[in-house]
Amino acid sequence: MMKLPDSFSNIRGRETFARSQVLQRSWPVVLDLCVAGIGLACFYGVVVIARYWFGHPEPEIVISQSPRALPQYAFYSVVRIGLAYMLSLVFAIGYGYIAAYSKRVEPLMIAGLDILQSIPVLSFLPGVMLAMVALFPTRQIGVEMGAIVLIFTGQVWNMAFSFYSSIKSIPRELSEAANIYKFSRLQKLIQLELPYAAIGLVWNSMVSVAGGWFFLMACEMFVLATRDFRLPGLGSYLQTAAGTGNYAAITWGLLTMIAIIVATDQLVWRPVIAWSDKFKFEQVESSSRVRSPLLHLLQQSRGLQSLRQHTIVPFGESLYRRLAEERTVGTPTKITKVRGEEAKTGIASTLLRGLIILVAAGVVLYAAWQALTLLRQVHGSEFATILKGAMATFLRVNISLILAAAWTIPAGVAIGFHPRLARIAQPIAQIAASVPATALFPVILLALIRIGGSMNIGSIALMLLGTQWYILFNVIAGAMAIPSDLKEVATLFRFTTIQKWKTVILPGIFPFLITGMVTASGGAWNASIIAEYFRLKNQTLQTVGLGAVISAATDSGQFQILLLATIVMAIMVVTINRLVWRPLYRLAETRYKLGG
Amino acid sequence: MQPAIIRAERVEKYYAQPSENRIQVISPTDLSITAGEIVALLGPSGSGKSTLLRMLTGLSTPSAGEVYWHEKPIATAEVNVSIVFQSFALFPWLTVLENVEAPLKARGMDAAERRKHGMKILDTVGLDGFQAAYPKELSGGMRQRVGFARALVVEPEVLFMDEPFSALDVLTAENLRSELLELWQNKTIPTQSIFIVTHNIEEAVQLADRIIVLGRNPGHVRTDFRVAIPHPRDRKATAFTQLVDYIYKVLTQPDAQPPALPQTSTGKTVRDQRQMHYQMLPHARPGGIAGLLELVLDHNGKDDIYRLADDLAFQIDDLLPIVDAAQLLGFLTVTEGDAAITPTGAEYANSEILRQKELFRTAAVENVLLLRQIVRAIESKSDRSVPEEFFHDMLDEQFSEDETLRQLETAINWGRYAELFDFDASRRRFIQSEKLHHDADASSTAEIDA
Repeated sequence: MMKLPDSFSNIRGRETFARSQVLQRSWPVVLDLCVAGIGLACFYGVVVIARYWFGHPEPEIVISQSPRALPQYAFYSVVRIGLAYMLSLVFAIGYGYIAAYSKRVEPLMIAGLDILQSIPVLSFLPGVMLAMVALFPTRQIGVEMGAIVLIFTGQVWNMAFSFYSSIKSIPRELSEAANIYKFSRLQKLIQLELPYAAIGLVWNSMVSVAGGWFFLMACEMFVLATRDFRLPGLGSYLQTAAGTGNYAAITWGLLTMIAIIVATDQLVWRPVIAWSDKFKFEQVESSSRVRSPLLHLLQQSRGLQSLRQHTIVPFGESLYRRLAEERTVGTPTKITKVRGEEAKTGIASTLLRGLIILVAAGVVLYAAWQALTLLRQVHGSEFATILKGAMATFLRVNISLILAAAWTIPAGVAIGFHPRLARIAQPIAQIAASVPATALFPVILLALIRIGGSMNIGSIALMLLGTQWYILFNVIAGAMAIPSDLKEVATLFRFTTIQKWKTVILPGIFPFLITGMVTASGGAWNASIIAEYFRLKNQTLQTVGLGAVISAATDSGQFQILLLATIVMAIMVVTINRLVWRPLYRLAETRYKLGG
Repeated sequence: MQPAIIRAERVEKYYAQPSENRIQVISPTDLSITAGEIVALLGPSGSGKSTLLRMLTGLSTPSAGEVYWHEKPIATAEVNVSIVFQSFALFPWLTVLENVEAPLKARGMDAAERRKHGMKILDTVGLDGFQAAYPKELSGGMRQRVGFARALVVEPEVLFMDEPFSALDVLTAENLRSELLELWQNKTIPTQSIFIVTHNIEEAVQLADRIIVLGRNPGHVRTDFRVAIPHPRDRKATAFTQLVDYIYKVLTQPDAQPPALPQTSTGKTVRDQRQMHYQMLPHARPGGIAGLLELVLDHNGKDDIYRLADDLAFQIDDLLPIVDAAQLLGFLTVTEGDAAITPTGAEYANSEILRQKELFRTAAVENVLLLRQIVRAIESKSDRSVPEEFFHDMLDEQFSEDETLRQLETAINWGRYAELFDFDASRRRFIQSEKLHHDADASSTAEIDA
């Protein structure tokens, strides 16, 4: 669950996949059979999911603790993540595209992104769940949709922002070339915008999906007022196992989790990264690149090629032809349309637009007013609790940040400076980082209770677990980016250790460190909702904090408190971003930028 | 006279400013492109060459005036033009053939036909066998060939080129230029007219049937004449060098009427320069100015700018700002394309670093309004510091945002060098420079600066 610097993945690529050459010698038939096998497996998966979703309503789902149930549970969880991701991808591309090309709504949409990114996802949970269950009252699908929409809201924003900023940074001459050769919007999207944005989207997708696991683990099983929502899946399995103290089941669950993470990395991300390599916007070919046997298999398969030749290619051709015809037909009408007519349609469309804006504003105002009236039910004492909680969570977030920085900076610099160490440490750190902290949380709490620790320590531990990786991987990247001549200068003039850290290392990693801390800080606030209030073995463990207030309000269905606490949290996150992180970021961009 | 393919009528470009002022990039200009000619557009940086090109292609809409394509407004006409870009602007994720086929795809041509056309044009530009390569596997020259192939595959009536050879090394550029000329003269390509933007004077004289020279502040046509030298043109021939020299003269005398052409010309009158408050600082570094002065001194204090550029292997875009700066500071005078060093200039070139700084300081305060104002503003403030914003806002009235930033950068650069003031980059403030005791550590300073 971290942004991996490019160089980092390259190193891994060379180490792990020297064997990938073996595949080049096998017969095309074998490749085709493999592809057919994958296709059949996908089909069966769809059938299973459909049967489960549209089957009888299952009012009381019992989560089995048998390891035999695990493959099925894991499968359900993966499908949830996959669907939410697809939804995010489509939405992110649409959102980014509109924001980049519509001057009128651009500032609004970008400000929206900023705020939506700061709202803690989990406080949406009750609202989304209730709405979805109301929409599909008798079927499991309502709760399913709720979970998917929730994960979606957690992972879509950074992808949307990545796509938007990619479009915005397309070199001017490239888009001029597309315009002068009269590319249609579709052609421009496929041949220019999507390829240009591909690499950013891929890296952000990896971050998003990792974040998705974090929330899925939390929202597969939760209580809302008197209703107990459960989804069969890996998260609920782990929670149930931890709740009953079944250590064997916990071990099985965690192993499955790690297996899934590793498999996703090998079967999805590695091929995708290898494939996206051709979208690198660079003048010279880089020497090291990620290889993927699976991608090789897909690209060499004759069956897939001929399938593509008979479906996508003709469809695309006819589409382009139609678009070209439309344009040539379109031009003369544009000429005949004299100015008067243009003006008339102009007025009509302005009126329509005005009407739409008016209605939208009305709806928004009404809803906002309703929400505010809800807030009036909050008592003074509750208000005090929220403020006290906010302070406590603020302290906790910062303690976890300081703790994370304290160990990750020396460790990251050591890894970054020693390639030998990096080769060993990085794959391990990556696997460790990929396991969602929420999956580990029940286990950690069990251990804490046994040694008599408090929930206060537990919540800091969860925040640390979830966010330290952002800092670690950024510090590694930063340490690697320090030019070796700077390090040599330090050695040459015999800098003392302190002087070396103050003049070379810390300024060198500063921009990376800030990037890591910003992400970690946001993540820690979000994690507080799970971390400060947890049900285990039929008892509720909690501590004072804003996250605990939100979770407790969810549990008891007190929406006014939930709303107020969420607003307070969003305001705090946004304020901290504006007042602390943004100035630091600017400083990093101007003063501590290495090179150019 | 043939009917024009593209005709610009009183086109101009300006950016409106919040205050009534507007920044004029190009003043009203008439221009037409007719069949059978190669037109070269020359001009110093900031004269709006590229902007003019983009208005003529319909990529950019003029702020006022109209561009016509076969006498129809260009916005509504079915225009058939191509552009070859300086950066090549190839799609790195498409193969050579896919890049060349992309414009045909946009026109809805079917796959087989597209391939046929694509392969044929690749053959024409000498790229057989490279169709499956990706652009990043090719050298710069080969990449620009792909750029040409992509531009020519749609059989454009007018082929626009925006400094197409300036990203290439000299030999590659020469090779590509002559091949292009060959394609054009043998009528291998159905293109009616070629319009090339360049800052390389020799390139213009070598290729063009007609040369248009732009002046700046704001961009305007200074002169527009036909080149009567027959092809192939010999760079060493007198007619060739005379014409190159003539264009240098035009370019180095921004304020004068263009001098009389050695051949028959259709020189146009110069439009009014806008009355400016601040002079535009040429973006030259003090080190560059000193270097140029030393070179002129080596040439006995006076030489042809053309020859100086040749000596330095500089393009005019690189040399002109330095000449302008030296002129502005009173170190150099330019008449008829000849640069002559002034007594101060000679002293400057011969002095050691601290004296140079002193001379530069005196000249800068005397001649550069902006620097004078910055120094005065710092002196009048009790905390001896002025925010950059203050000058930014004043310059903003007169220059575009980008130009304002460049002006400030140059001012800071000059001011720091002359020790007129210092600039605190983190607070974005001009501050009084810390006066060192020059006598005490003159030697060490000089060593470091040298």
